Parts: sequence; C-alpha cells; structure tokens
Amino acid sequence: MNRFWGFVRKEFYHIWRDPRTLLILFGMPVAQILLFGYAVTNEIKEAQIAIIDQARDEASREITRSMLASGYFLLNEEVDNKEGVEEAFRQGNIKMAVVIPANLSRDLQHGGGATIQLLSDATDPNTSNTLVTYASQIIQRYNLRHQSPGTAAPIRIGISTEMRYNPQLKGVFLFVPGLMTIILMLVSAMMTSISITREKEMGNLEVLLVSPLQPIQIILGKVVPYLFLAMADALLVLGMGYFVFDVPLAGSLWLLLAESFVFVLSALSLGILISTVAKTQQVALLLSLMGLMLPTILLSGFMFPIDNMPIVLQVISHIVPARWFIEIVKGIMLQGLGLGDLWVQTLILLGFTVFFLVLSLKRFNIRLA
Amino acid sequence: MNPNAIEVQSLTKQFGSFTAVNAISFEVAQGEIFGFLGANGAGKTTAIKILSGLLRPSSGKAQVAGYDIYRQTEQVKRHIGYMSQKFSLYGDLTVKENIWLYGGIYGIEPKVLRKKRDELIRRLHLEEVQDELVAGLPLGWRQKLAFSTALLHEPRIVFLDEPTGGVDPITRRQFWEMIYESAANGVTMFVTTHYMDEAEYCNRVSIMVDGRIEALGSPGQLKATYGAASMDEVFVRLARSHE
Amino acid sequence: MRTLGVLLYKEFRQIFRNKALLPIIFIMPVMQLVVLAYAADFEVRNVRLYVVDEDRSSLSRRLSGAFGGSSYFVMQDQSVVPVHGASALEEGVADLVLHIPAGWERDLMRGEVATVKIVANAIDGTKGALGAAYATRVIQDLNQKLIEELGPRVGSAGLLQAGAGRIDLAYRHEYNPGMDYKTFMVPGILVLLVTMIGMFLASMNIVREKELGTIEQLNVTPLRKGTFLLGKLLPFLLLGLFDFALGLGVARLLYGIPFEGSLVLVFSFATLYLILVLGLGLLISTISETQQQAMFVAWFLLVIFIFLSGLFTAIENMPAWAQQLTYLNPVRYFIEVIRLVMLKGATWQDVGQQAMVVAGYALVVNALAVWNYRKRS
Repeated sequence: MNRFWGFVRKEFYHIWRDPRTLLILFGMPVAQILLFGYAVTNEIKEAQIAIIDQARDEASREITRSMLASGYFLLNEEVDNKEGVEEAFRQGNIKMAVVIPANLSRDLQHGGGATIQLLSDATDPNTSNTLVTYASQIIQRYNLRHQSPGTAAPIRIGISTEMRYNPQLKGVFLFVPGLMTIILMLVSAMMTSISITREKEMGNLEVLLVSPLQPIQIILGKVVPYLFLAMADALLVLGMGYFVFDVPLAGSLWLLLAESFVFVLSALSLGILISTVAKTQQVALLLSLMGLMLPTILLSGFMFPIDNMPIVLQVISHIVPARWFIEIVKGIMLQGLGLGDLWVQTLILLGFTVFFLVLSLKRFNIRLA
Repeated sequence: MNPNAIEVQSLTKQFGSFTAVNAISFEVAQGEIFGFLGANGAGKTTAIKILSGLLRPSSGKAQVAGYDIYRQTEQVKRHIGYMSQKFSLYGDLTVKENIWLYGGIYGIEPKVLRKKRDELIRRLHLEEVQDELVAGLPLGWRQKLAFSTALLHEPRIVFLDEPTGGVDPITRRQFWEMIYESAANGVTMFVTTHYMDEAEYCNRVSIMVDGRIEALGSPGQLKATYGAASMDEVFVRLARSHE
Repeated sequence: MRTLGVLLYKEFRQIFRNKALLPIIFIMPVMQLVVLAYAADFEVRNVRLYVVDEDRSSLSRRLSGAFGGSSYFVMQDQSVVPVHGASALEEGVADLVLHIPAGWERDLMRGEVATVKIVANAIDGTKGALGAAYATRVIQDLNQKLIEELGPRVGSAGLLQAGAGRIDLAYRHEYNPGMDYKTFMVPGILVLLVTMIGMFLASMNIVREKELGTIEQLNVTPLRKGTFLLGKLLPFLLLGLFDFALGLGVARLLYGIPFEGSLVLVFSFATLYLILVLGLGLLISTISETQQQAMFVAWFLLVIFIFLSGLFTAIENMPAWAQQLTYLNPVRYFIEVIRLVMLKGATWQDVGQQAMVVAGYALVVNALAVWNYRKRS
C-alpha cells in the first residue's frame, strides 16, 4: 500500500510541476465562467432600431418616446428614410425598422385606422420574434391609453409575466452545469487517456509493469491524481458560480458532489478505455476529441436543446452519459430536487459507470495477458 | 582563403547559472577528420549546435568556413552539412522525396539535382526502395541516407552528432568508410561520438569534460601522453581525474 | 520561389499520407455540419403549456383554446388549482404556465384591466423569453378580436367602428421569412468549421516537427523563416478553402440556405480570414514545446473565440466591455460578414471595414509568427 501511495505521489508531482498544464487545468474554467457569466445573456436590450417617422406629429412622437423608454431599443439616428433601411440591414447596423405613416395623429383623431409597419431582420429568428413582440406590446399599450373615453368600454387583457428561476435570463445558469460536465470530461477522460498513452509511447509502461506493483495499482495510480484534480475543478466552477454569479444551489451539495464523483468515475473509465486502444498521443487525443468531447458538447443538452433535435440525434443522446449528468446537476442546483426525483438518472449514470469500469479494466488485463 | 575550416576561441555557453560550454578553443583544418569526444552531458551537443548556428553563444569567438558565427549565420549554413543524433529525415516521405526536399532547399537546379539524386541512390544501393517511405527502412540505411543527404549541396564542413548511435558494427564500418571518402575529397568532418574505438579513426580528437576541453591531439599523441594502450583508457583516466 | 515549391510539395505529400489527419480534413467537416446544423437549433417551438383556469368561463376557455390553436404551443394539461401549475413547472413537465384568475371574464366585461399571469421556466433563458413572447402575442390577438367583435356592442354610444381610432400593426420578417433557424446558424457553423480545422492543423504542425526533431535539420539550412512559414501556411489555406467550399455546397444542397451575395466576395474574405487563423495557429506552434500543449492552447482560445463570436448569443446583448473585447476576436468578423453576404447580399462597400480589419490583423499575426520563430535559440 505504501508503494502504491508513493506511486500516486509521483504522478501528482508530474502534474504539479508542469505550470502550463496547471494553468490550463485551473485557468481555463475560471476564464470561461467569468466570460460566460458576465458576457453571455439571452436578455435582449438596447437593440438598434431605425424609426422612420413620416408623421412627425404628437402621436408619432409619443410612440417613439415609449419605444425608446422601454429599454429594449436604441435609436439609430443615421437611418431616417425608407431607402436607408435596406442598406442598414445589409451592413448589420439595425435589427428592426419602425415605419410610421404620415398624418398619424390626424387619421387617429378622425376615427380612421392607421398602420405602423415593422420590418425586422429575421436572419436571427429568435431576436426578430422577440423584438416584434416587444414593439407590438408598446403599441398595444398606446392603443389602450388612447381609447376615446366614453365611446367604448375597452376590452383590456393585462398580462403579467414572470420569469421563474432566472429572472434576468442569464446564460450562466445553464452554463455552470454544462461547464462542470465539460471540465470533468476534459480532465478525467482526455487527460488520463493522453497521460497513459504517453507512458506507453515512451516505453515507461513496460518498466512499470515488470515492477512489483499490480497492474490495477498502476492504473489507479495514474487515475487517482486526475480524480482529485477533476473534483477540485468541479468545486472551483461551483464556487465561482455560487459566489460570483449567484447561481443558486437549491439542493444538497453532498448529493451533487456524490453524483459528480460517479460521473468522474465513468469518465475516467472511458479515458482508460481509450488508452487501451490508442498507440500514440495524437490518436488518443483525436479519439477523445471526436468520441467524447464532441458528443458531450453537442448532444448533452448543454448548448443545444435536445427536444429540438431530429429523432436520430435524440436517440443517440441517450447513450451520452453527460446528458444524464447535466439533468442531475440542473435538477439539484436550480430546482432543488433530491435523490427521490433523480433516482432514474442516477441509476442510469451508475449503470454507465459500472459498465465502462468493468470494460476498461477487462481490456487492460487482456492487453497484459 | 583561411586554411582552417573551423576556428574557435574561448567559446562559452551558459544556460542560467549552468555553464554547458566553458571557454573552449581549437582549430580544425580543411579536410581533417576531427573527433569531438566526451561523456554524456559534457557539452558536445551544445558546442556542435553553436557551430552550426542552432544556438547563440554567450561569449567567445568562432569562425566556420571563414564566416563569423555571430553575424554571418546564413553564409555559414550555406557551407555546412549537419546530421543530428535524432533522426533527421522525414519518415513519412520516400527516399527520393527526402533527397528532393533537401536539394531544393539548398537551391540546387532541378536538372543537376535529378542527376545527383539518382547517383546517390545508386551509390547506396537503394534503387529497390527509392519510392518507399523512409520510416520503413532499417536504421543503418536511414543513417547512411541522412549522411549522403547532408553532403548533397557539397558543403565544406559536415557536423555529425553521434551518427552511429544504435547502428550495428558492420554498418558502422561502412559509415566510417563514407566519412573517409568525403574527407579525402577535402570535406572537413566534425564528428561527436562516445564509441572510443571510433576515436582511433580520427586525425585528431578533443576530449570534453564538464564543458572544458581537457585533451587535444592525435590519438597517438594522446595515448602517449597518458601512457594508455587505447583511447578508451585515455578517456577513463581523464574522467577519473575529475571525480 | 523554387524553394517554396519544394516545401509545398513536401507538406502536401505528408498531409495526404497521414492516416489520422485525412478523416479530420475531409470527413469531419461534413459530419460536423450535418450534426451541428440539426443540433444547434435554438428555434423555440412546442412550448409545453399548462393552463390553470380558475375562472372556468366561456372566455377563459376561449383563451386556452387560442393557445391550443397556436403552432408554438403544446397543451400539456389543465387544472383549476394554482399549485398544480407550480408543480408542473417544478417537475419540468411544463415550460410555461398560464394562470387565469377567478372573476377574469367578469372584470374584462366591466371594462377593467383583467390580468392573466404567465409564468415561464427561465432556466433556459431563450426558451423562457420566447415562450412568454409568443404567449403575449396569442393573448393580444385575442384581445384584438374581442374588441372587433364586442367593442361596438359594449360601447354605450355604439358609434365606434371596429379598428377605428387605433393603430394596427403590420410586420414583416425580412431576409428569412420562413423563420428557419438553419438559415441563421449554418453560415456561422461553416465559419466555426474552417476555424477549428485551421487552428488545430496549423498549431500542431510545427510542434510536431519539433517533437520529431526534423525541424533542427531545416534550421541548419539557409532556408528563410518567411519561406518556411509560407510553406506551412499555403497548404492549409488551400485545404481550408476546400473545406469551406465543401461546406457551402452541403449548406446549399442539403439545407437550401439562400446565397444572396457574391461568391467571389465570400471566398476572398474567407482567404483573408484563413490567413489570419492559420497565422494564429502557427504562432501557437512556435511558442509550444509539445503537441499536447499546442492542442490545449488552441482549444482554450477557440472556446473563448466561439463564445464571443455572436454565433450562439448575440453580441449586442453583451455588456459594453465584452462587446469591446469581441473586436479582438477574428471569428466575430467572419460570422458577421458571412451572414451579411449570404443572407442579405451585402457588397464590398458594406463589409469593406471588416475586410480591412481582418487583413490588418492577419498581417500583424503572421509577422509575429515569423518574428517569433527562431532558427537559432
């Protein structure tokens, strides 16, 4: 046992004494979460719009004022005629143009209708949709304010909207669980697979295998430091999310850590599995990039909603362990769910872990025989 | 023209506080086979890298092929060949492609290069494998090919850094025959090795210990000075005196 | 010039013999484009709606009916108990809860503001915001209809004509009338694709020669630094452009993405951009000692570039300092330009500024790479 811990210590020193790797291990998650937390949000505010006011009267000025006071829109003053709109769209300077017809006040006062035209840049459909809705709400409100008194009792449906769990629509809420998953995968699977393959490439593995250490001890010795590093990274991401960005931790921290541990084990087994197949570091790197990182990023529901994917991809996503882990983390952190609600996902994750662990150790032993 | 191919005066190279090469001075004549000996870590490779323009010296003077190694690096490179202990040809290129690459880099005309290439392949009896990847050739063949490639642009001096490491005795023998042949054509051979029997083949040798040249002369002279029967013994005595 | 030819010949031979590299260059881009285009779909549809109808009136039923008729919503369930709605949200069964309070119809017909409540699960911010926006529109449409139907009758004077005295709204979604998310994403994904290929290939290339030791042999030759780096850059530039053309073809044939602008403009810009990205890769290569290091540095940069590129989240929504930061991000420019040119038919005049920036940037980065590459240490 002493011998084993000595070996683990040696592996630790290897990592510890390589400042570049360390910087990447701890600097990368910090930089990413800072950037994402501060920079990325889905809240649309201050979108550049053009207002082509052909009326220049009381009504048109009031509408312009309420649009700009809403905080959603910022006026691009350079565009002031219809011809300029096309060019401004092409240069990407504005997202929407509001065209107010001439004689707006007069038409309204004389009981006629008037139509305001919204031209929105729909290259990004979501932004386009949201901006049009904001604008129509503002105009709706104008209509309600100016319903001529005494003429008709207005039909007025008020709408109160609540954005539950994440009122500011911060991207960081979804990002913290996702980043945790990616980092754990990167550290546990990718780094272990490369590190074991490196020993193989350098011929050190043979030397270790003829030593009195058991093969299982050698593998564990390589893996244990990464397990610690991965857990440290997970805590780092969690802590930053919690203290810097107020990402809630509604559920139990211990449950979260226990689930992370299970996930790290499955990732480590995948790393070992890759190292039994790969002969060179480059191959190990490509295999983990293609086989592990890309599915984790694309099909785990971290970046892209699984519901929207075609059926084939949805089916494939079931065999991506990260998918289940992300569901668990989101559930615990944001919704405060406990093991009672998450036992299905946990069981599936455990199943993957046992399967990969047995498979990788078996393959490793076969290679030795 | 300067009759000496290499002239070195108190050449020094420091890495931080560690002095890898400590004020060495020597000359090598044109057409000479100069053995550059020393234990691992004695500073041989550092010195050879300085002379071939891969490392910048900390202080001291040196001229290679009549050019100053501080200011005229590119002229130096035009007139030297170099073969390192690491395998220096591209394993994923064929024999022909490797020759074509290096010849092309030195600006040899295609017509001339084609002739030289075919001649080289014939001389090394590589006709059968000329279109095969170099990675698949036995080590000895690759080393001989690397040596011939380093001579392609007719340099005045060739630096060989442990050229025969890991090669079988017969190939080593053939390799030295190639070295002799080139030297006879007037090319200076600057060879590092830790095979002491190879030292006997050199016109003159220097022995480096801890960054300094401790002995310099023909193998005969050195054996006489140290009262030794072989270069091996000379070397062991020198190393002992430093323990 | 002849030296450069020899170097190019060498690089191409090596690339086409590398069994691990070929699939990356030729198969991965297509796979990525196919999977990403389908996966990176932020279009929000099928919002799962849970209705809590405490009012149980004919109007409240009409309101939930209006939601049922909208293609954006999928009716999940109904209840008259508010708590059920809250737990549906909690358990993730519903994305949106519409709450119609008791007495709603009565208040409405009295002419009071009768408020319904929308509660969205905003953990996924996009889905939450858009779901609420769609709901708002469904409710407003109903409001409008009710005014048209009931307005004249309810009014005491009965003088008012439907639509009179009020502003109507006509809106048009330009450039992407079908509101197809792929139209928006695929051009950006193309950029991502050539960026990844370029960065990884270039950043690992020189380091590989360092690790193998072949670089030393080149360094003792009179080969010029600039020629050497140009010999590295050109093959990858050609491969990158090839991949770009391949991707464009797939985008056109498989997804029918429109191409409004000039092909020459897009390819010229792509060339400028690739020179920049490859220069960056070569710069990484010159400062790294091992392929593993180069890989990690490239990965690190790429992740930051992608997040700050406007590909997945709009740059306008970022705080001012982050927006400033995006000006340093090469990916940002190409994504902007390719969307403008492909979807809106922007011309040289429209994107001239971006082209100048990228060209200047490319010059600086490549000069740095040449300067930083040491034949002698």
